[in-house]
Amino acid sequence: MSIRLEHLNYIYSPNTAYEKHALKDICLEIPDGEFVGIIGHTGSGKSTLIQHFNGLMKATDGKLFYNGENIYEQGYHMKKLRNEVGLVFQYPEHQLFETDVMADVCFGPKNQGLSKEECRERALEALKLVGLKEKYYKSSPFELSGGQKRRAAIAGVLAMRPKVLVLDEPTAGLDPKGRDDILEQVAYLHRQTDMTVILVSHSMEDIARYADRIIVMNHGEVLYNDEPKKVFAHYRELERAGLAAPQVTYIMHDLKECGLSVNIEATTVAEAADEIINALENRKNKTVEKGK
Amino acid sequence: MDMIQTEKLIFEYEKRDEDGNVIGASRAIDGVDIDVKEGQFVAVLGHNGSGKSTFAKHLNAILVPTDGTVWVDGRNTKEPQELWNVRQAAGMVFQNPDNQIIGTVVEEDVGFGPENLGVPTDEIWQRVEESLKAVGMLSYRHHSPNKLSGGQKQRVAIAGVVAMEPKCIVLDEPTAMLDPMGRKEVLKTVRRLREEKKVTVILITHYMEEVVDADKIYVMDHGKVVMEGTPREIFSQVERLKEYRLDVPQVTVLADELRKRGIDIPGGILRKEELVQELVKVFQK
Repeated sequence: MSIRLEHLNYIYSPNTAYEKHALKDICLEIPDGEFVGIIGHTGSGKSTLIQHFNGLMKATDGKLFYNGENIYEQGYHMKKLRNEVGLVFQYPEHQLFETDVMADVCFGPKNQGLSKEECRERALEALKLVGLKEKYYKSSPFELSGGQKRRAAIAGVLAMRPKVLVLDEPTAGLDPKGRDDILEQVAYLHRQTDMTVILVSHSMEDIARYADRIIVMNHGEVLYNDEPKKVFAHYRELERAGLAAPQVTYIMHDLKECGLSVNIEATTVAEAADEIINALENRKNKTVEKGK
Repeated sequence: MDMIQTEKLIFEYEKRDEDGNVIGASRAIDGVDIDVKEGQFVAVLGHNGSGKSTFAKHLNAILVPTDGTVWVDGRNTKEPQELWNVRQAAGMVFQNPDNQIIGTVVEEDVGFGPENLGVPTDEIWQRVEESLKAVGMLSYRHHSPNKLSGGQKQRVAIAGVVAMEPKCIVLDEPTAMLDPMGRKEVLKTVRRLREEKKVTVILITHYMEEVVDADKIYVMDHGKVVMEGTPREIFSQVERLKEYRLDVPQVTVLADELRKRGIDIPGGILRKEELVQELVKVFQK
């Protein structure tokens, strides 16, 4: 069970002066239950790519298989796909519209044809999952703070119980605590349910911390598709593609350049700390041996 | 000389009912005293809803105080006849570059500000050229802004402000929507403006890494200034910052973690180079 793209191409405004080849021959697979990070410069095709995952955009060319079925085949049940692949857009709080938070979160399940009780049950579950306090359920979504609004908007997607959750820069514009809270909540969801999570972000530190695998987009092509350590080892190529490595990765490289024997693969603070401590102990042991 | 000075600044948003009658007020800024000297780089941190942006909007009189006073380049923003002088002294750059660009060609967009100030045509072109040079976008002068990357657009927006020759630039989360390269470009541009044009810079951001070079940092919470000091003074108080929903740069987190685990390095490390230097010393012991 997975999302699989085969030679997928997308061209905006084909055969006009504004033609833009946004996705070029994309081949990749996202298995069930994985936490995948997507990074890439502005205009690299990230958002275009994820809008293919639930059939919002239709490829100009190529195939997209969801659980083995080609979604472009005639008679494919698109509505079912959209129920299973939930997309949280950039600034999702701009899409809040109901009179209170509860009604807003109920909107998705209501459209899935569920009964009033079921909608409520789903909404309660989703609101709990995103950690929004009960006192806000009856508030107007427009009275909430930035971080709370965003949680409410994410809950609206979760209430549809998607099997795949796609988030397009869910932390843009949030303060550090808001950033951590939302990502921790998503990571918790990923651990608790067997939901696949696809996270688009401009924060290399966040991606390094949460993703099992990273897909790097560059000018409409997949530049890398690998585990974080391996991807961030190419930090110079990433810089050429408008990206960077997490700060700690640069520190490890600098330490190595200063002649210290550290493993440069660390991409998170915890890994870097372990690595530095290890290197120090190894060096001590060696000195002791020499002393003998 | 003081570029910006606020005294007991208070601002309240009015709450209105459906018929437009005022039914109450919510206080967004609650007694803020800040002073920024000419040429300084000052950062304002604070969580979403702490009042940072409301504060920023006072610096070029988009908002005027409910109570207290704001002086920009010695001018009281409350005086209607000072409005244009205040706006010329302090230029603003906002979060979303797409909302700030109005021209169909880069150079026209940059020329819009000085044109509105009534600058003679020859001088407008001269200023356009200089400002685009200052942000490193001169080679794009004939391009259409909508084909640019986020970082490039933001630099054009900054050029548009620079062309008005303000003494002070206020940037309200200018990098929030940008990719790593775009973020780097914008910060480099800001640094260049400070060094070459001696512009006073006020930067509001959620990225702690961006403010380690600031002369001074103010931390806001619930409309009040709750901390002020140099980056080293501010970022050494990790627990307190966390209470205000903030953080410290990743380098500082790593240095703290290493110190907790018994490695002998000093506190208050903010830059990658400092940490590397300290660790090299430890390894040589």
